[in-house]
Amino acid sequence: MAYNFQFSGLLPYLQNLVDGLVTTVVITLITTVLGCLLGTLCAAARAGQSSFKSKVVGVYVELIRNTPFIVQLFFIFFGLPALGLRLSAWEAGTLAMVINLGAYSTEIIRAGIEATPKGQIEAAKVLGLTRFQTFVRVVLPPAIQKIYPALTSQCIIVMLGSAVLSQISVQELTFAANFIQSRNFLSFEVYFVVAGVYLLLSIGMRQLFNGIHYLVFPNLRAQR
Amino acid sequence: MNEFTNWDIFQALILAARWTVVLSLIAFLGGASVGLLLTFLQISSRTALVRIARFYVELFQGTPLLMQLFLVFFGLSLLGIDVSPWTAAALALTLFSSAFLSEIWRGCIESLPKGQWEASRCLGLSYFEIMRHIILPQALKVAVAPTVGFSVQIVKGTALASIIGFVELTKAGTMLNNATFEPFKVFGMVALIYFLLCYPLSVASRHLERKLNVTG
Repeated sequence: MAYNFQFSGLLPYLQNLVDGLVTTVVITLITTVLGCLLGTLCAAARAGQSSFKSKVVGVYVELIRNTPFIVQLFFIFFGLPALGLRLSAWEAGTLAMVINLGAYSTEIIRAGIEATPKGQIEAAKVLGLTRFQTFVRVVLPPAIQKIYPALTSQCIIVMLGSAVLSQISVQELTFAANFIQSRNFLSFEVYFVVAGVYLLLSIGMRQLFNGIHYLVFPNLRAQR
Repeated sequence: MNEFTNWDIFQALILAARWTVVLSLIAFLGGASVGLLLTFLQISSRTALVRIARFYVELFQGTPLLMQLFLVFFGLSLLGIDVSPWTAAALALTLFSSAFLSEIWRGCIESLPKGQWEASRCLGLSYFEIMRHIILPQALKVAVAPTVGFSVQIVKGTALASIIGFVELTKAGTMLNNATFEPFKVFGMVALIYFLLCYPLSVASRHLERKLNVTG
């Protein structure tokens, strides 16, 4: 192979990469928080007594889980303005990611909720807890604890999916990579480095989530 | 300027969806072959082989599919190979799905009780015989539902091939949108076609899971 790798050609563009990385991290952070919140609400609706709400959530989950993220993104970014809802690329991208993670986390959290023994809910009722209190204090904590690893993986998958936001000109990490390779034509070098950054991001995210897991659920520490 | 009726748009999209289906099939078959090899590496007793396979899986699960597509597309041309979007998309999706499939299958094989291995060894069966008669038939049963479930991810993954210029359903949608300026309708139809492709697979996966759990 006669090709010389020129990784030094990336140095002048370090700032672009850092800016892109920051955007990716910020968007991921917002998405993780809002997406898991949306998922919890939808899972509650799914497990609740109203069959109408449960059906609406069911349709939402199936629609999102069975269409590609990029199509959802294009639909929100290009399609919604036709209905009069104009969003900036950044807003549309984050919204699409929240909606996407919301659907997946609904399914995951619902699985955790369903694993709660009936007796606990009945006991909470007997103790005079309201339905809201029962859900937040009795059902949710063990459910989250059970499905935490699955939720972590899903959040990482959604973080990796943020690469697609470059296609609607959100200036995140992949956008920076595209920009740099259009300037210096070192496409392989740029994408190689950026892929490495994503790899570190996903490893770091898993470590961070594991750390939070131990902080939030002290009983795990007691077991070890 | 040409006028496009809804039917024109839908027909064009359906035609483009063929390539989504073909690419999905190639990616699934390629991913399954490479994935099977990786699965055997992952459950082998040689630490070096296990490490290599683990690294491969970690690498492809920890980077965006879009990056993998770019790297294959631009990386292969560095080697002097002329890569068409076809080759790049098929290769990248194969690598991507092999990592996930081997991880799924490893989990299925490891979910079998250790005693099965030990008992077979006590009976004097060779590695090949254990695999052929004891482990694989049982693991296969566990593996069917998650494998069908993952095929949905492959179909959705092919949408990213549109970015490197492969004309499939999503790319056709983008092109039609540029011609008609009706993004709501066009991308709505694109989403609908993907849904029609993926939903039956999702339902089948759930059905298989329930059915095989009851008998298993």
